[in-house]
Parts: sequence; C-alpha cells; structure tokens
Amino acid sequence: MSGHLPVDKTFKLFIGGAFPRSESGHTFQVHGADGQFLANAAKASRKDLRETVRAARSAQSGWAGRTAYNRGQVLYRVAEMLDARADEFVDLLRNAGRTPRAARREVEQSVDRWVWYAGWADKVHQVLGTVNPVAGPYFNFTVPEPTGVVVQAVPDDPPLLGLTSRVAPAIVTGNTSIVLSGAGSALVAMSLAEVLATSDVPGGVVNVLTGDVAALLPWALGHLDVNAVDLAGAPDDLPDEALADAAENVKRLVHGNPDDASPMLVAAFLELKTVWHPIGR
Amino acid sequence: MTRTAYAPVPTTPVDEVALEARAAELCSRSIKTTSKRAALHLAIRCMDLTTLEGVDTPGKVSSLCRKAIRPDATDPSVPSVAAVCVYPEMVAHAAATVAGTGVAVASVAGAFPSGLSDLDVRCDDIRSAVVDGADEIDIVLNRSAFLAGDLARVHDEVAASKEACGDAHLKVILEAGELGGYEPIRRASMLAMAAGADFIKTSTGKIPKAATHATALCMAEAIREFAQREGRSVGFKAAGGIRSAKQAWHYLVLMGETLGTGWLTPDRFRLGASSLLNDVLLQLAKLDHGRYGGPDYVTVD
Repeated sequence: MSGHLPVDKTFKLFIGGAFPRSESGHTFQVHGADGQFLANAAKASRKDLRETVRAARSAQSGWAGRTAYNRGQVLYRVAEMLDARADEFVDLLRNAGRTPRAARREVEQSVDRWVWYAGWADKVHQVLGTVNPVAGPYFNFTVPEPTGVVVQAVPDDPPLLGLTSRVAPAIVTGNTSIVLSGAGSALVAMSLAEVLATSDVPGGVVNVLTGDVAALLPWALGHLDVNAVDLAGAPDDLPDEALADAAENVKRLVHGNPDDASPMLVAAFLELKTVWHPIGR
Repeated sequence: MTRTAYAPVPTTPVDEVALEARAAELCSRSIKTTSKRAALHLAIRCMDLTTLEGVDTPGKVSSLCRKAIRPDATDPSVPSVAAVCVYPEMVAHAAATVAGTGVAVASVAGAFPSGLSDLDVRCDDIRSAVVDGADEIDIVLNRSAFLAGDLARVHDEVAASKEACGDAHLKVILEAGELGGYEPIRRASMLAMAAGADFIKTSTGKIPKAATHATALCMAEAIREFAQREGRSVGFKAAGGIRSAKQAWHYLVLMGETLGTGWLTPDRFRLGASSLLNDVLLQLAKLDHGRYGGPDYVTVD
C-alpha cells in the first residue's frame, strides 16, 4: 500500500512571468462536468488587471523588437512543451466532460495550431504588407505593426483550442496578451500558463487572469493603456457604457469564433502603417 | 547662527526585527476614496520634483519647473509641489522660472553624490548655489569619515555647511544604504541633527540600494528622540526609488504614526522623486474618471 498523500493543486494567476495570488485574496472553486470538486483557482480583481496591464506594457516593446523568426521559434517551442504535457491536458479536458478521444483530439489540434501560427510569424508581412502605386516619385509602403497590449476574453468551449486559437495570432506579431478566463477554462488556462512559463516566452508577453470575466471586462474596456480587446469569449450582454469607454482611446474590438484559424485573425491585432519614401537616384 | 561644537551623540540601540516588522505593518495599510485624494494632494505638496542627470539642460529644467508649478495642466485644483531639486549649475535658471509661484528651489551641493572633495570647495559650492537663488541645499554626509569613525569631522563638516547655507535650509543626505545597518543610520541621524541639519534625507538616489521603509522609520524615530531631547523639530526627506503613489502614502502613514500629524507638512516632510508625480497624477485621474490611465496620458519628462 502506498503512503503517498495526494497533493491537490491550488491555481494562482500568471502575471509578468510570475505566479502570484490575487491581491484581493479571493478564490473560487472549479467543478468538473460531473459536479465533482477539481481545484481552487484565484479570482482576479480589477487591481490585478491594472498590475497586469503594467506588466504587459513593459514587456511589449521587447517582444515586438525580437525578430519575426525568433518569435516563430518561441511559438514553436510552446507547441513542443504543450505536446510534452499532452496527457495532463487530456485529463483536464476529460474532467471538463470530453470523451477520451475528443480530449486527445483537441490537444493535438492545439499543438498543431501553435505550430501553424509559429509559421506565420515571418510570413504575415508578405501577405498583409503592400507596395502601393502612387502618382509621384515615391515608394509607398504599407507595413503591419503590432497594436500593443491586447486583453482577450477567451471562450469556455473549447477550452484549450479556443485559448490557443485566440492567443497565438495575437502574440505572434509582437503584441502582448492578457487572457481573461472564466470558470470553464480556468484550469486549462493556468496549466497552459505553466507551459508558457517554461517555453522561452518572455515574462509579461502572455498573462492569465482567472475569475469573473464579465466583471473584469468593463475595466479592461475602459483602461486607457489597453490597445485592443478580443471579445470572442465575452458575454453577450456587455453594458453599452463599457463599449463606449472602449472608444475613448480608439481600442480595437475583435470579434470571432472560438476556434477560428486564419491569417486575417493575425491581421485583426495589427495596425497598418503607410510610409512615403522619395525615390532616390 | 553659531556653529555647534561636537559632542558625542547618544545612540539608542535599534531592534532590527521589531523595526522591520513595525515598518511592514504600517505599510500594509490601504487608503480609500476621500482620504486617498487628500493623501495624494499632500504627497504632491510635499514633493521635491527632482532632476539630477548629467544630461539636464535649461530647457529640461524649465519644463520641470512648469510641471512643478502646475502638475496637471487640465486640473487647477491639483496643488504645486514643494520644490524643484536640481544641480547647482541649473539653480539660477530654475529660480528665474519659479520666481513668485511659491515653489522653492532646492539644489544638491558639496560634491554630490559622493561628498568627497575639499571642505572649502564644498562650502563654496553651497554659497554659490545660495547666491544663485537656492532656498534649500541638499548635501551628502561624509560617509568616508563616518565609516572611518571620525564622527567629529562629520559633525564639523555638516556644521560648516550649515553656516555656508546662511538662510537657506540644509538637508543632510545620509545615503542610508551605504552606512551598513540601522544603528549607524540612527547614529548618523543624531549626528547630522546635532550639527544643525534642518532635514535629514535617506538617499541620493544614485546608488542601487535605495532607502527602505524600515530605514525611514529608523530615521523618524531618531527625529522624535532629538525633538524630545533638544526641543527642535527636524524634517525628514525620503528619496531614491520612490515611484508609485502607494509608496508615497506609505511614507505619509509612517511619518504620521511615528511623529504625529505635525510632520505632515512641506516644512517637515519631503518626498524626493522624479517619476512619482506622474503616477500620483494617474491615480488622481482614476479617482476622477473611474478609468485606469497609462503613460500615454501624462507628460514625458
């Protein structure tokens, strides 16, 4: 008979590369599809969000300053690490009610998607960038640039593929992401945070806040130092004032399906800059 | 003012563990709504807005002075800071810009930040800054002499500097991070106050080891002891690594709890900082608008 005492995991937040508790001290219980208690998770407060925006902002220029090739390598590394921990994620998805086969399939699809977006890192500029015809002796280029700090309300279903499909296209071009994850995806999101923390992703590039997404979103929409908000996993009944607040600093609001996979989704988190340059002789 | 003669200063032993625990306890306090706004305004009124860089130009000092006078261009209810703190070279320029506004000019002087040059040279430095219009002089304690045990020399140098200041206020920087413990900090505090310092100040901000809240508490206790013993109220200036509004009100709590609310005025308490003001302004904006701001919404200094 084994004398091993089971160690139940208590999940924390992922901010700036570290795993702190919520400053509020609040937690919530996560239950499986069969109603069984799975784990406690940290319930992020608006002050956690404020600190996270600070961390994401300070990480952004360094991440955007990496070469596209290097960012692709880092995303590929995420796929490697996720694949190495596939069994753990299969268990998590089964707890959420997936069949073994469906759970395995979602993990595999997610690994494939990280690899797919890793490839886009140094190709998206060729697809979205243009040389524009102009009536004058100028070169006229349009080049994509990352928009900055992106807050992403991730879908509860599918938890892992949804998270991957929203975060990878946002960060691949040099944005930093703040994931807001509700009870349905909290454990998967925090487990993915553990993968990201060991995958050469610089601290602050992806941050994960678990808790009440509907309560945190208005603060994110109103925050003047956030450049875009991804509403793919947002509740439908967001207050109009919150959306009006988002217009204050002309935030990008991105809508979409939980498991979209498209270079146009990469484009949704980009600004297009047009440059005029005189043709020299 | 007659120069005080050196006499060995009494130094009360410091209980390190209790000091740090007390400082940590005071700094865990949170301040909300109307008290928060009052604390933020007080922090601004007690601020020495500082620029001490080799790349300071008259233009940069001008914009600093204008920000000192009117920290938030969109909100006239935000008070002016207590003083601008600059290098002696920039004093005349700063004094001309803030003249008549109530904002004082403070200048570091006396071979800042090491304090290691001939005493006559340091005193001349002080006198010329005062002639140029400095109202307050920040000097550094001679740590070399202090650590070598030559307390009489440390005392006499501070006393000579005080004499050179004339009517200007003298702040003595202990550079607490380099003194090697709380007891030396307490001794240096007593020494500087006995020699005539009007303020004692934690750090230059030029070394990585900035002042901690426990250091501040240690110095505040020394000020309290000195006030009880000698009947003279010496001011306290915290400096070095103070960047967030939260840190600032922790210092306010610390002073209020240790020395009483009588010390919560610009005459007896200062915060030396450069980037702190922007964070305080962002906090005030948050109270006004209910939204979090960001570095794009305050001036780039």
